[in-house]
Amino acid sequence: MSMAIKLPRLRLKGGTSLWVGGGLVATAITAAILAPVIALTDPVMDANLMNAEIAPCWEYPFGTDAQGRDIYSRIVYGARISLSVGIISQVCNSLIGVTLGLTAGYWGGWWDDLVSGLTNLMLAIPSLVFALAIMAILGPGLVSLVIALGLTSWSYSCRIARAQVLSLKSQGYIQAARILGYGDLRIMFTQVLPNILGPLIVIATLGMGGAILAEAALSFLGLGIRPPFPSWGSMLSEARDQITTAPWLSVFPGLAIFFTVLGLNLLGDGLRDILDPQSTTRRN
Amino acid sequence: MVKPLLVLDDLAVHFKVGSMLAGGVKTLKAVDGVTLDVKPGECLGLVGESGCGKSTLALAIMGLLLPTHGRIHVGGQRISGDTPPDRMEMARTVQMVFQDPYASLNPRQTVRRTLADPLRLHGVKDKAEVESRVIDMMAKVGLRPEHADRYPHEFSGGQRQRIGIARALILKPRLVICDEPVSALDVSIRAQIINLLLELKDEMDLAYIMISHDLGVVEHVSDRVAVMYLGRIVEQGGWQEIFENPRHPYTRALIAAIPDPFHRAAASVARAKAKGEIPSALNPPPGCHFNPRCPLKADLCTVEAPVLEGVAPGHLAACHFRDRII
Amino acid sequence: MTPPLLKVEDLRIALAGDGVTYNAVEGVSFEIGRGEAFGLVGESGCGKSITALSVMGLLRRPLSLGGGRIVLDGQEIQDVPAAEMRRLRGKRIAMIFQEPMTALNPLSPVGRQIAEMFVLHQGAGWSEAMDRAEDALRQVRVPSPERRIRDYPHQLSGGMRQRVMIAIALACGPDLLVADEPTTALDVTVQAEIIDLIAELCAAKGTAVLMISHDLGLVANMCKRVAVMYAGRIVESQVADAIFARPSHPYTQGLIDSLPRLGERSRRGRQRLREITGVVPSIQAYPAGCRFNPRCPAVTDICRTNVPEATSLPADGLVRCHHHG
Repeated sequence: MSMAIKLPRLRLKGGTSLWVGGGLVATAITAAILAPVIALTDPVMDANLMNAEIAPCWEYPFGTDAQGRDIYSRIVYGARISLSVGIISQVCNSLIGVTLGLTAGYWGGWWDDLVSGLTNLMLAIPSLVFALAIMAILGPGLVSLVIALGLTSWSYSCRIARAQVLSLKSQGYIQAARILGYGDLRIMFTQVLPNILGPLIVIATLGMGGAILAEAALSFLGLGIRPPFPSWGSMLSEARDQITTAPWLSVFPGLAIFFTVLGLNLLGDGLRDILDPQSTTRRN
Repeated sequence: MVKPLLVLDDLAVHFKVGSMLAGGVKTLKAVDGVTLDVKPGECLGLVGESGCGKSTLALAIMGLLLPTHGRIHVGGQRISGDTPPDRMEMARTVQMVFQDPYASLNPRQTVRRTLADPLRLHGVKDKAEVESRVIDMMAKVGLRPEHADRYPHEFSGGQRQRIGIARALILKPRLVICDEPVSALDVSIRAQIINLLLELKDEMDLAYIMISHDLGVVEHVSDRVAVMYLGRIVEQGGWQEIFENPRHPYTRALIAAIPDPFHRAAASVARAKAKGEIPSALNPPPGCHFNPRCPLKADLCTVEAPVLEGVAPGHLAACHFRDRII
Repeated sequence: MTPPLLKVEDLRIALAGDGVTYNAVEGVSFEIGRGEAFGLVGESGCGKSITALSVMGLLRRPLSLGGGRIVLDGQEIQDVPAAEMRRLRGKRIAMIFQEPMTALNPLSPVGRQIAEMFVLHQGAGWSEAMDRAEDALRQVRVPSPERRIRDYPHQLSGGMRQRVMIAIALACGPDLLVADEPTTALDVTVQAEIIDLIAELCAAKGTAVLMISHDLGLVANMCKRVAVMYAGRIVESQVADAIFARPSHPYTQGLIDSLPRLGERSRRGRQRLREITGVVPSIQAYPAGCRFNPRCPAVTDICRTNVPEATSLPADGLVRCHHHG
């Protein structure tokens, strides 16, 4: 069987990026979950001006900030906020985007025109600017951050979903389902969605990286997470003034963002290879 | 007199194509005034080339496209432009077997799910009954019970087509539209599927509409045959009449186009061959649509469209020269 | 006796898998005389198309020539450098494909694509080449060629595009035309016209044809001799008339019996079609011995272990079956 010789090679191809990406993301998630266990100090309360701006050493592996708080502990706790903002807002984006894209592609007509118009509009406005506007209205904070990021970048999922549905719609099995009396929603969920899930998951992992960066940017601008609570973006924002005198304040949160986003992007690439329906559904 | 299972009464399906901005809106007459019937247990062969409207006709019969004018009576239902059918009722009356066994099965569903879901949707709630009907249907199309939990990519083209047939028959329909059911299969597999379709027809008392361009297959399975060209039926009749005494020049051209190594092209066959290409259905020639390619073309043919009229009992042809024998 | 135009000897085509090399085609030998039409028939995956590609020198990874000789007009061409092979293609051997749309350049008018052949291979100037392109279109019976010459491929119907492909292929008067399923994508009435056109033009120009198809009837009608391939080997080769009258290999026999033939039902009534059981084996799972053995009604023990040798049939024919004669 041709599958038997194809699969090992595919696994190798998807392999490197899948495993490196998965490893990085898993590390970040583990750190977030285990934060109370692996943190050395409390990220907010353990301020001690006597210890301010100590360079990385054995006691404080990533150094301390201007209030004398341990950077390592703040990064570990910051992972909780950064990752949950990334994951929750991307789940919102995916739900909105997939629902709109699926229905627009399947039904077509005026609904498709409306959704496509809206998508193009969203793509034309930089989503960060849009999120800024929403944050300005809702005020800073975790909840408004999730809302702002979760409502502003669904257009990619929407586009992908719509394009995939259009190419699947004429397939015989969709026709067959209609002939068997399946309702439109049942067809969308049982026949179409399982077959377009691969690319959507890939887009979602890439979007999570984007959301983490956007959180950092908004917090950096002072519109996201307010001090003293740590998120990677707000830590960068606070470190702005000491970038020459105490570079470790910005380097370590920056590296945390870099490796997490890199990990998510690599994971997306890896998933693209193994979720490709061609690799599992075709004999030849 | 048996009551027909399917009646098409002057059926037309037109589409608007193009846009107001780019070149204006045109009407594509995909199906243009088709009158036809199929009796219970009968096999009607439907022959035609690309653009003849056979796929549109199939979609209309299944209630997926509404007629522009004319009516369809199928089972107990009447479909017209303003009365769409009851989809569930339709599903239990008409089903379809598709051409491409690769694209017509959901790659993410096992055989069991493909067959069981429709049953549950149509009100079979008892688990044991669903299971026994699925296994029973699989046996009927020549699949073993252990195949039930496999995915489509684990099967060969011929086996996939068996799954497609099982899916079409699971709701026990009375009419099955077979759209080129063997033309995508390996040559050495085709006979298996044709034999299977004929066995199931007798066993389950099915009526078929066999859409195919392979005249050998159509002659083998059909009781009656209808020939379509650019949206219209140009000839219809019993299989023997159509193949031994074809009256429309297009039917003759189709037969002449079959390479037949046993009867090297006789002079009359050579003369019957059609010239040139099939015109676009968007812009069909005036009068008889076949006139630019017809060896019998006369002035009348470019002016007046011939109507479908009897040449023998049950044998109709739409040609001004239907009585001229060559 | 004049030497054949094309001689393929013991051709083997290798398919590289993951660390394993399969023989997609093996032991394929045939000859085509000058101006002769030769047919190669088989199902998808039997190796007929890649045999044609190897003659054109167009095998690409993971396929490669594993052995054997391809002799064109006395010259071995299996190892000639790519540059020389390019000169041979178009000039001495030409090819037409199943789907002409993919073989034509969508951005260039068809007349220009034909004229290019004259410029490239015969050193003609562009204006002369365009005049000759118009003639070439007229020869393949494209109506009003003076206008069609400026059309782009998408403006033509499938049949017209295939005519353009034929015009390009025959432009430089090649000795051999390789036609790979040239009419499979076309409607039946158009198919008949294209086949007639190929047969007529090649007869007039003395061009030999290697016709590849899954349709035994089509090939037998057009070609003088026919070879039937199954799972990478030629199982039978005969004069076209004889292959229908006296098929010698059980596979050929099965193919001929399994398809409903026009007129058969009125002569003999509806008979159940004779099936060939089983499925076409995939290249990774070719059975040992005779590759048709799992599907053969006459199978015996020797078929499962030994590869059958070729047995001669009258008029240069051959069959590979342990149970022949």
